[in-house]
Amino acid sequence: MADAVLFEFLHMEMVAELWAYDPGPGGQKTSLSVLESMGFRVGQALGERLPRETLAFREELDALKFLCKDLWAAVFQKQIDGLRTNHQGTYVLQDNSFPLLVRMASGLQYLEEAPKFLAFTCGLLRGALSTLGLKSSVTASVAALPTCKFQVVIQKS
Amino acid sequence: MSRQANRGTESKKMSSELFTLTYGALVTQLCKDYENDEDVNKQLDKMGYNIGVRLIEDFLARSNVGRCHDFRETADVIAKVAFKMYLGITPGITNWSPAGDEFSLILENNPLVDFVELPDNHSSLIYSNLLCGVLRGALEMVQMAVEAKFVQDTLKGDGVTEIRMRFIRRIEDNLPAGEE
Repeated sequence: MADAVLFEFLHMEMVAELWAYDPGPGGQKTSLSVLESMGFRVGQALGERLPRETLAFREELDALKFLCKDLWAAVFQKQIDGLRTNHQGTYVLQDNSFPLLVRMASGLQYLEEAPKFLAFTCGLLRGALSTLGLKSSVTASVAALPTCKFQVVIQKS
Repeated sequence: MSRQANRGTESKKMSSELFTLTYGALVTQLCKDYENDEDVNKQLDKMGYNIGVRLIEDFLARSNVGRCHDFRETADVIAKVAFKMYLGITPGITNWSPAGDEFSLILENNPLVDFVELPDNHSSLIYSNLLCGVLRGALEMVQMAVEAKFVQDTLKGDGVTEIRMRFIRRIEDNLPAGEE
């Protein structure tokens, strides 16, 4: 058992070191891709290890519920606060007190910094879905800390 | 939202898998970014240092450990309290130097390397070097300059993992009058 603080500090340090590592022509978007891809790799592995019982993910929604409950519990020791969908492959996962933002501020202070702290988690979600056989794109948005929304769009093959 | 309530002094335990996997992703990334392993080792140590200087605050707030009066006491706290709290393991303490300024931490199972196999072309990579940085950074904040380094590593075929700790000097701070 490791302590959650350790992950938080490690994540903080990763953000500080790697967020601007690859400043390509795309600006901000490219610069977060390193963190995103690290999250993806971790998510892939967690997606393999977490569903211990032979859970049958019959539908897309089951996979998304798995993210909200099991994945979130494993990573952040809580469940996500809200899951909404338009039933056309777009899902919005809302966390009202996202643990990686909670210590930063409550309100608008540091809003510009917030996206850096979400890229890894976006990748985490995308990676876990990829292991479960779903291709997706995941973006995050913050209106006011520490609430944030992750939008998952499943790509139909 | 009260940040205080969330902070608390109680610890949130998580499976070390997430930490281990995240650390693995970090090392992988650094190996891509840097040409040689020496630079990766340095970078890991630096990041560890930055974590250590923050982690010590968390540790002192949660552990009720006072100031250590000698290096032996420090060794005990590191192995029995800190490693237990953060990684869930208790390393053994051995190989004291006669002067009492050096000892070794023996890790029988290092949680950082759970799913790791070191490829042949990274023979000089010190995979868990972050730990050395953490130890150095944390101790520096309590006025102890130390050197921490891996001298044995199960990833490289050794029987155990051994971190050698060497006390360099006490850092004299300009403390405000009346404070110990």
